[in-house]
Amino acid sequence: MDRRCWHGTDGKLLGYNRKVMAQAKAPAAGADREARPPVQAWLGPVALGWLVPGAGHIYLKRWNRGALLLVAIVGMFVFGLLMRGKMFEPTDGDLFTMALNYGGFIGNLASGAPYFLATWLGYSQPELPGAVADYGTKFLVCAGLLNVLALIDAYEIAVGKKD
Amino acid sequence: MYWNLSHFEASFVFALFTSIVFGVVSRKTDQERLYYGLYVFGCFLAATFGLAWLMYLGHG
Repeated sequence: MDRRCWHGTDGKLLGYNRKVMAQAKAPAAGADREARPPVQAWLGPVALGWLVPGAGHIYLKRWNRGALLLVAIVGMFVFGLLMRGKMFEPTDGDLFTMALNYGGFIGNLASGAPYFLATWLGYSQPELPGAVADYGTKFLVCAGLLNVLALIDAYEIAVGKKD
Repeated sequence: MYWNLSHFEASFVFALFTSIVFGVVSRKTDQERLYYGLYVFGCFLAATFGLAWLMYLGHG
């Protein structure tokens, strides 16, 4: 028998059983979690920002910041191209090779339109000896990684976590 | 077209672009962003000069 509460002889409530007390104390499922912002609030600016660096901010009417991001990220990408940096391609092999190539490829891909445009126009630079081309490779990857930072910022602005 | 930048020039350009993005995506007001961007740029340059001297002195 599941007695949920006890009453005295005068009908006064004396207490509840353990199950009821546990239910009363436990927070509702997900109540302590922050509600997720709706996808349509941030998908547009984040997708735009990925395709064209800084466009997410411009879409959210942060004109100056968007323009600065565009100049800095595309500028870094162009410098990487002019220094004849290598574009990474997903390559299978040992773990280190895979991590390096897949990581670099994701970094390149994060640049968005500059990456697609460069590869579409036939930019395919083999790895060159020397420091300058090596710098160029790092510039190309870092342009993508900086765009990831810009995307996170655009997301936070879009969902109202940041001005 | 090929740009043959020196180590210092490449580090300078890298520091410039990176500090612009760091400045833009952090802090709350435009003034704070400007100061933070300048601070990051200064840190990059200080690290560049510091490491350059370290390598120079370490090389003997």
